[in-house]
Amino acid sequence: MEVPILRQGQYLIASIQSALTDADLSHLREALIAQVGRSRCRGVIVDVTALDVMDSFAVRTLRDIAHMARLRGAETVIVGIQPDVAFAMVQLGLTLKGVATVLDLEEGLAFLDGRTKERVVESKPKRPSSRG
Amino acid sequence: MGEELRLPIAADVDVVEARQQGRALAAVAGFSSGEQTVIAAAISEIARNILMYAKKGEIILSLVQNGDRQGVSVVAIDQGPGIPDIERAMQYGYSTSHGVGAGLPGAKRLMDEFEVDSVVGRGTTITMAKWRRAI
Repeated sequence: MEVPILRQGQYLIASIQSALTDADLSHLREALIAQVGRSRCRGVIVDVTALDVMDSFAVRTLRDIAHMARLRGAETVIVGIQPDVAFAMVQLGLTLKGVATVLDLEEGLAFLDGRTKERVVESKPKRPSSRG
Repeated sequence: MGEELRLPIAADVDVVEARQQGRALAAVAGFSSGEQTVIAAAISEIARNILMYAKKGEIILSLVQNGDRQGVSVVAIDQGPGIPDIERAMQYGYSTSHGVGAGLPGAKRLMDEFEVDSVVGRGTTITMAKWRRAI
């Protein structure tokens, strides 16, 4: 099943609708990374609310998405990890170290707004403080 | 003992099917939704191992009873290359297939019982079970 990727402003939102096979996950990774470049977006949200299980392959793929997107200039945030899924991930010893995770889509958007603002401020050339 | 559910594993959709059937069976056995997810995750890991190393195999799910305790049994069978070094294969983070190395040790962590029987050149059988905590 293909995961729809929506564009909202500067962000891409991939909203997983059902359980995914390994091939679906790999395809999502390729599609997102390609679209980050094509649409010059600054942020990626992956909504995993509908994922039934996060096993080692799913966790690795999400981590890869976040790291690859960062190399392409976009921040990634994972939203919607369900309590049961988090419980099983912890027992499996899987972490999403280095990947931002927040509760839901709303917080994901707020997180990216904060992060991308920071970046713009960082990259703005300094103006001379006084005219000379 | 209930009847067993035999699920062929030959493609990645079968991995999803096996873990969903496992979750459904765990629900029948009365496991909490958290534990159902744990069982589904363990099945996902060992079913993927079948695909990665043996290409095809089978997962057998059944309800089991031990005294007044109910549980779910999962048996994964393949006629693949077998595991040459089981001790290393059980080490977290060790993988011969560019994987995460969480497959077997991860499944073991998730389940109450876990046994690997493997003969090089003949195949691998993994037997695991999870028991409901006594009320």
